[in-house]
Amino acid sequence: MDKGKAVMGSGRRWAVEFTDNSTSNSSRDIPDPPGFTRASYDPDDSAGSKQKKDAEANWKAQKAWEVAQAPFKNLFMMGFMMWMSGSTVHLFSIGITFSALWQPINALRGVGKVFEPYKDNRVDLLAPKLVFIALNLVGLGLGIWKLNTLGLLPTHVSDWVSSLPPVQEVEYSGGGIPFY
Amino acid sequence: MNMAIRVFLLLLIIFSSIFPTLCIYEDQVGHMDWHQQYIGKVKHAVFHTQKAARKRVIVSTEENVVASLDLRRGEIFWRHVLGPNDVIDAIDIALGKYVITLSSGGTILRAWNLPDGQMMWESILSGATPSNSLLSIPTNLKIGKDDVVFVYGSGCLYAVASIDGEVIWKKELTSEGGNIQQLIYPDGTDIIYAVVLVGLAQFDAYQINVKTGELLKHSSRVFPAGFSGDLSFITSDIAVTLDTTGSVLVAVHFQGGAISFHQTHVSELDRDFSGAAVMLPTKLPGMFALEINKSIVFIKVTNEGKLEVVDTFGRSTAVTESLYLSEGQQAFGLVQQGDGEIILTVKRGDDWKSNLLQETIQMDYQRGIAHKVFVNTYARTDRSNGFRVLIVMEDHSLFLLQQGEIVWSREDGLASVTDVIASELPVEKDGVSVAKVEHNLFEWLKGHLLKLKGTLMIATPDDIAAIQKMRLQSSEKSKMTRDHNGFRKLLIVLTRAGKLFALHTGDGRIVWSLLLDSLRKSETCQNPRGLSLHQWQDPHHHVLDENPSVLVVGRCDHSTDSPGVLSIVDTYTGQERNRMGPAHSITRVIPLPFTDSVEQRLHLLLDVNLQARLYPRTTEALDIFLRELGNIYWYSADVDKGILKGHAVQKNCILEIADSYCFNTRDLWSIVLPSESEKIIATVTRDLNEAVHTQAKVTSDQEVMYKYISKNLLFLATVSPKAVGPTGSVTPEESWLVVYVIDTVTGRILHHMAHHGSQGPVQAVFSENWVVYHYFNLKAHRYEMSVIEIYDQSRLDNKDILKLLLGKHNLTSPITAYSRPEVIIKSQSYFFTHSVKTLAVTSTAKGITSKQLLLGTIGDQVLALDKRFLDPRRTINPTQAEKEEGIIPLTDSLPIIPQSYVTHALKVEGLRGITTVPAKLESTTLVFAYGVDLFFTRLAPSRTYDSLTEDFSYALLLITIVGLVIAIFVTWVWSEKKELKEKWR
Repeated sequence: MDKGKAVMGSGRRWAVEFTDNSTSNSSRDIPDPPGFTRASYDPDDSAGSKQKKDAEANWKAQKAWEVAQAPFKNLFMMGFMMWMSGSTVHLFSIGITFSALWQPINALRGVGKVFEPYKDNRVDLLAPKLVFIALNLVGLGLGIWKLNTLGLLPTHVSDWVSSLPPVQEVEYSGGGIPFY
Repeated sequence: MNMAIRVFLLLLIIFSSIFPTLCIYEDQVGHMDWHQQYIGKVKHAVFHTQKAARKRVIVSTEENVVASLDLRRGEIFWRHVLGPNDVIDAIDIALGKYVITLSSGGTILRAWNLPDGQMMWESILSGATPSNSLLSIPTNLKIGKDDVVFVYGSGCLYAVASIDGEVIWKKELTSEGGNIQQLIYPDGTDIIYAVVLVGLAQFDAYQINVKTGELLKHSSRVFPAGFSGDLSFITSDIAVTLDTTGSVLVAVHFQGGAISFHQTHVSELDRDFSGAAVMLPTKLPGMFALEINKSIVFIKVTNEGKLEVVDTFGRSTAVTESLYLSEGQQAFGLVQQGDGEIILTVKRGDDWKSNLLQETIQMDYQRGIAHKVFVNTYARTDRSNGFRVLIVMEDHSLFLLQQGEIVWSREDGLASVTDVIASELPVEKDGVSVAKVEHNLFEWLKGHLLKLKGTLMIATPDDIAAIQKMRLQSSEKSKMTRDHNGFRKLLIVLTRAGKLFALHTGDGRIVWSLLLDSLRKSETCQNPRGLSLHQWQDPHHHVLDENPSVLVVGRCDHSTDSPGVLSIVDTYTGQERNRMGPAHSITRVIPLPFTDSVEQRLHLLLDVNLQARLYPRTTEALDIFLRELGNIYWYSADVDKGILKGHAVQKNCILEIADSYCFNTRDLWSIVLPSESEKIIATVTRDLNEAVHTQAKVTSDQEVMYKYISKNLLFLATVSPKAVGPTGSVTPEESWLVVYVIDTVTGRILHHMAHHGSQGPVQAVFSENWVVYHYFNLKAHRYEMSVIEIYDQSRLDNKDILKLLLGKHNLTSPITAYSRPEVIIKSQSYFFTHSVKTLAVTSTAKGITSKQLLLGTIGDQVLALDKRFLDPRRTINPTQAEKEEGIIPLTDSLPIIPQSYVTHALKVEGLRGITTVPAKLESTTLVFAYGVDLFFTRLAPSRTYDSLTEDFSYALLLITIVGLVIAIFVTWVWSEKKELKEKWR
């Protein structure tokens, strides 16, 4: 739907949206052809099809949970990598740390997209989403913790005063042994 | 065994990777460093031209150098720098192959091989009474088989075999403290005459058997009026001197043991005579010279003993010793001063009227007058006598004149540099550089191609030679404008002759030189000498319309109350801009941290009456000064009394003529060191211009230590009075060294520490918040170096990160010494192998780069030592974190890494000082070491982390980039084609 609008907005004269499955026709200028009802798009009359739908919803929920738990495995992987990279600042550890930071951030940004395929009226996606977010936040925390162990976070006094210039002195004194 | 070797190799690898080595490659020598060799002001010169393939002149100088110079080009064949206390009294040539030097008040006699300068023998002639010293080498005299050298020193007369330095006989001559004035050996006889003056009133003549040293005859006669001291020997039996009043000439005849005096009043010779005449030390046949009424009068002694005035010259005339010509005649040379020229005359000894030679030679006014002249003869092709003349000028430069031309010259004034200051070069004007670059574009490319060849190791030996030459003669480095990196500067040096030189740091050439009139001998200023150089004006905001200038401070005489002279010299043009004095005495110059609107630095000059005078004398400077008056302090260290006093500037002083620039001072505090137990031997302060990047030092565990950085700290070292003498003169029990760190505003002693059983001399350097000093440990029989670091404890309270984040802390607010900040001191000592002549520290533009200590070793080399080795936080087993921070495990002695000799294979003979100047490039510091020789180089204590090396091949980079671009293009075209094919399929 978004895509269609974007395409329409980008200056094309006309477009035919074959995959358009919106139920309301109020936004449409052209009336639907006679005999065509949008509501009858889903053939949900038979009980067999309803059962099928339930199964699909179950399957979707299951899948959503699987997706939500995916970062957990990742977490272990990341932890292992971090442990391998050691606590000194070098290319490998920096790379690992930044990927550990980047992955959760990226995942958090795309939460909606990740759960898009499993979107269903009957499936409650809130719980998997929350788990997903929580796990990613744990991953992010792990990354920050790693950053801190590398000493790259300004949490010490030294990080704030290390470049302070010497203070000015009020008095000035000179002199010494006289010229001989 | 195998294991041991492995372990050793492993250790070697580890160590070589730990310490950053500074060494340079062999082909980099002379690339960014230069070395100049000098000898100093020539005192004596002996020509060696007879039967010699390489004609040379042997000279001894006031820098205690004996050297052999090439007469054709003035280059040094060989050179020996004797110790600072080993003053050369006389030199001569014996046996035609040995150079004989008599030094240290006539106690050390040495022979050097003439061709290569190797020492052949050395004799120590010890005597009881100090006296003057004489060296006499008779031409044809043999005792037994040996040729003989007669030496008089320490009251004894010696005959020494010139072949091996054996003393043949020794005769103590003077018991009553007399001095031998002359040794006369008439050729072919067995008697040597010694003429002695005892107590300025008694004239003694001794006759001594040359073979045995037996005293044959002694005659003595007292002259009641007394002699003035200097004798001029006219012939082998007549000497002339002046009486104590300087108005009566006394001719002494001492032929055959009978002594008779003939007195002549000077006014009989010169009607206008008044005051006192001075006998000039000359050795002329039948003649002597007197200085009367500021002119030089030559007086001839006739055969009958009568005195006759021959000629009168101006005061600035130099005379040579007499010279034997081939026909048994004698000649001598005279040099008179003209306007921008010198007039050289060579006359025959017996005939004043006619000249053998008269030449006029153009001479730069900046050379001053001729001080000494030496003449030598050679046979011309037409069998007449030609003369070559060696002239020592007022600025200590040396010239060889021959046939009316200057054959060569040497700038030997640079052997006695007393102070150095660096100055910027002019800024490059627009429109100059571009054309030059375009003109040289082809050359530039060619050069880079050559370098590329060198990098890829495909260069032929010819190419390598060309690369080397290109490096050394890089026109970039000797340009007369500022460069981006700040490597090109002028070094303004003041020499003992009172001459200023500006040396270019690129190649060491003299850009300009100026013989300061204020430091020349004059009526009002009898013995002037330069004291110090100070930066007077260093424009940053007015770079284009103001030239930088330096202040030269001098004094008219040796005593502290003698009047001082000041000169301000423009460093771009080398012209004297302003001159003051002779005025009040100058005991101390204090540059103040204030500048006026044209960026002239304010200076406070203290005189012997503790009055402070403000310079420059402008109302603007006075306003600035009065505004800051309450915060200006000064301190004086009295070495003799052992008192350190703090003073404040008060109000205008009361003088006969009101002077609003003169201020009285009042005493604030004093520290009296007990004179029976402590004597001040060294004081060191921080350099006023030193840049410090930060006040905090972060340790490995993220903790912060605040450095106590103050410009008002003084490091003071005292020793027990007995330990002032040389090393080994005291026992460890009665010798101690006490060091103090004192705040000079309040007089507060921040730290003091005693090193028992230690002795001076102390060399120290103060930088940032640390002091490093070098001394001798008598108990351990080794030199030691110690470090003191001062940290501010009162700033540690700033621990709240939130406050720091918001800027709510007092770490940047100005502090006063009266707040008595709590400090802690960390200190550590290490053994060190070398004795050290001078100590310096590298300085960089922002103070970020780590520091290196520069040690002037006893071998006249400069050694760089990382400050990391002198870190009081070193422990035997540092933790992993401390190791990461760069703390080196503690060892009892400091390592000397051969690669870190800054002077690499060279020696800076007679090293006296090291000056460091920051370059504009943060990683780099410029180092100038001076003594008899001069040495300059660039150092990067933490390597050049902020620039590419000069060897970096831009051509290679360019080619790589071009290659990559082409590759990208080609592959792009290929992929396009392939894609098209795929689509058509």
